[in-house]
Amino acid sequence: MTIDTSIVEEGEELARPSQAPATGVVTAAPRRSSRGPRKFLFLRNSKAITGMAILGFFLLIAVIGPYIAPYDPSARSDDILQPPSWEHWFGTTHLGQDVFSQILVGTRGVIVVGFVAGILATTIGVIVGVTAGYVGGLGDESLSVLANVFLVIPQLPLIILIAGQLPTVGGVTVALVIAITGWAWGARVLRAQTLSLRRRDFVEAARANGERTWRIITAEILPNLTAIIAAGFVGTVAFAVLSLITLSFIGIGITGEWNWGTVLYQAQSQLALQRGAWWWFVPAGLCIALLGMSLTLINFGIDEFVNPRLRSTGLNAKSLRKRGIRPRIGFTPVVYEAKEDRS
Amino acid sequence: MTLTSPLGHTQKLTSASDPVLEIKNLSVDYGYGYDDDPVHVLRQVSLTLGRGEVLGLAGESGCGKSTLAYAATRLLPPPGLITGGEVHFTDRDGRTTDILRLNDAQLRASRWQDLAIVFQGAMNSLNPVFRIGRQIADGIRAHRPEVSQKEALERSAELLELVGISPDRLRSYPHQLSGGMRQRVMIAMALALDPQVLIMDEPTTALDVVMQRQIVEQIAELRERLGFSVIFITHDVSLLIEIADRIAIMYAGEIVEDAAALDVYQRPRHPYSSALLHSFPPLRGPRRELTGIPGSPPDLSRLGAGCPFRDRCAFAFDACAKVNPELVFPNVPGDDPRRSVACLRHDPAAVRAVGEEPLPVPAELSAR
Repeated sequence: MTIDTSIVEEGEELARPSQAPATGVVTAAPRRSSRGPRKFLFLRNSKAITGMAILGFFLLIAVIGPYIAPYDPSARSDDILQPPSWEHWFGTTHLGQDVFSQILVGTRGVIVVGFVAGILATTIGVIVGVTAGYVGGLGDESLSVLANVFLVIPQLPLIILIAGQLPTVGGVTVALVIAITGWAWGARVLRAQTLSLRRRDFVEAARANGERTWRIITAEILPNLTAIIAAGFVGTVAFAVLSLITLSFIGIGITGEWNWGTVLYQAQSQLALQRGAWWWFVPAGLCIALLGMSLTLINFGIDEFVNPRLRSTGLNAKSLRKRGIRPRIGFTPVVYEAKEDRS
Repeated sequence: MTLTSPLGHTQKLTSASDPVLEIKNLSVDYGYGYDDDPVHVLRQVSLTLGRGEVLGLAGESGCGKSTLAYAATRLLPPPGLITGGEVHFTDRDGRTTDILRLNDAQLRASRWQDLAIVFQGAMNSLNPVFRIGRQIADGIRAHRPEVSQKEALERSAELLELVGISPDRLRSYPHQLSGGMRQRVMIAMALALDPQVLIMDEPTTALDVVMQRQIVEQIAELRERLGFSVIFITHDVSLLIEIADRIAIMYAGEIVEDAAALDVYQRPRHPYSSALLHSFPPLRGPRRELTGIPGSPPDLSRLGAGCPFRDRCAFAFDACAKVNPELVFPNVPGDDPRRSVACLRHDPAAVRAVGEEPLPVPAELSAR
C-alpha cells in the first residue's frame, strides 16, 4: 500500500544525518518526487478501500449469485433443518431448502432495490433541493411545501399500503415507492446548504462576472455539495435496503422472489430462534450488517476526500497517528522533527 | 501616518533579562508531508519579547508574521505543524512554561489569561446574537468560575470604559456598534483577564485612518497603564514605527532584522528593511525617491541555499547564493548592541567560511 512505503521513506529521511555544517550553510533540500500517480487518490483512503471491497463483493454476488448457487433456493429436500455442513454451507430450512443458495440468489434483489431507490431519490432530492435553494421566492416556497409534505408522510405504512394495492409487486416497484417517499429529507438539507452557499462571495463574484445560472449551479455550487449528496445517497441506499428487508420480513412485497428479508421472514415465522436454528437467520443478518457497514465506510471516505482541507489528513490518518499528529483547530500539533539547527 | 508622532512614547528597550515570551528556534511546516512536500514556512525563528514591550512584526504578505504569532500560541489551523523549537512563557512570579509542551487543559487555561489575542478582522469575532456584556462576562467566568455573573458584568463595564466605550453599551448587540467600537470591544475582551502578552494580528487593517489612530493610541495608553507586552503584526511599517518599541522585520519565514523602532527607521541595516522603508513617503525630512521592492517574495516550497532575498537585493554578491545569513550584530561601529541583522554584508566571517571575499557594508546600510 502506498501509505506504508511513504512511512519508510520518511523514516530514511529522518535517519539521514543533517548535512548542514555549523556555519549555517544549508544545502538545497532535494525535492522529493511526488509518489505515484495522482489519480485514484480516493482509493488510497483505507476506510474507502475497505468499504469498496465489501460493496464490490456484494455487487459481484448480485451479478453471479444465481449462477453459482449450488441448489435451487426454493427446492425442497429431505435434509430438514440441518446445521451447516459441507453439503449445505449455511444449513437448511424447515422445508430442506439450502440457506446458502437463498442468500446468494437473494443478494441481487437487495442490491438492485437499494441502488435504484438510492439513485432515484438522490436525483429528485438534488434537483428539488438545489433549485429551491438557488431560485428562492415562490419557487422555493412551493418546492419546500412539497418537500415538507413528503417529509411528514409516514414512509413504511405508505409503502405497505401501496405494495398491498398493486397486483404484482416487483423489486423495481418497491424501489420506486421507496424513492418517491424518501427524497424529501435530502432535498431539505441540500436546500439549506445551497441557501448558505448562494450568499458566499465566490458565488456572488461568479454572478457578477456574468456566469450563467446553469454554470453557477453546476460548477460553483454542486462541487461544494458533493459530500452532502454522497452522504445522502449512501443513506438512502441503506434506508432502501432496510425498507425492502422490513417489507419482506413482515411478509409484504415481492412474491416468489428471494432476498435476505424473505429468509429472515421465514426464519421468524418458523420459530428458528426457538428451535435453535441460528444458521437460518445469522447469515442474512450478517450480510445486512456488512452491507450497511460498507456503505458507511464509503461515506467516511467520501467525507474525508471531497474536502481539500481534510484530504491529506484523511489519506494519511494512519501515518499521522504514528507520528502523534492529531490535526485540530486551536491545538496545533508539535513534533520535534526539525532537521537543521541554528543555535 | 508617520513618525512625527505626538504620541510621545519613549524609545525604550527593555532589557533582555526580563523576557515574558521567548521563542527559540521555532520551525513550522504547512502540510504533513505525504502527498505534497511540506512547506517550511518558519525555519528556526528566535524572538524575545520583553516585559512591557511593544514588539512590531513587519514584512510583506506571506512572509510568516501571522504564522509566527499563531505557532507560538499553537493556534495554527491544520495543516499547520510545529516541527521544532520552544516557546517559553515567563509568569509574573518567574515561573517559566514551554507553551509547546502544555497539554490541552493547561493550554486552554493559559490562553486569554496569560496570552490574549486580537484577531485579524476581529470585529467579526463577536457573536451577533448575544449582548456584548454577556460575551465579555462569559470569557471572564470561563476562566474564573468563582466570579458571579454580576461581578463579571461589572468588570465588563470597567473594561469597556477602559477602551473608551460608555458602559451603558453593555446591553448592545454587536450590530449596534460601529466597526471601530467592535474592534475596541475585542481589545477590551482580550484585556479582561489582565494578560501579560497581547498579540494583535493586524487589528487596524480594516479600519479607516482616523479609527486606526484612535485604536493605536488606546493600545499605547493601556500598555502604559497596565504594563502588558504587545506583539503587533502589521504590514503598515509607518504605523509600527509609531507604536512599537522594537521591530522585527520578517522575510521568507525568517527574521532578517531585529532592532529598536527608531533604529529601524533611521538606521536600517538590512537591505530589505531599507527597501521596505523606501516604499512609503515620509512627511518630514528630505524628499527621497520611492523605490519599492522589485520582484516578489520567493516560493517558500522551493527555497534553495543562500539568502532568500538575494534576487531582489541591490547589494547581493557571490557569497549570497552560497550561505544563508544568520542574525549577527551589524558590522557598523557604534550601533546599539542589542540589535541584530541577517545579512552577509555584516557577516564577513560567514563569507570567508565559504571561501569568498567579504564586501564592505554599503553606505545605505551603515547610516548613522
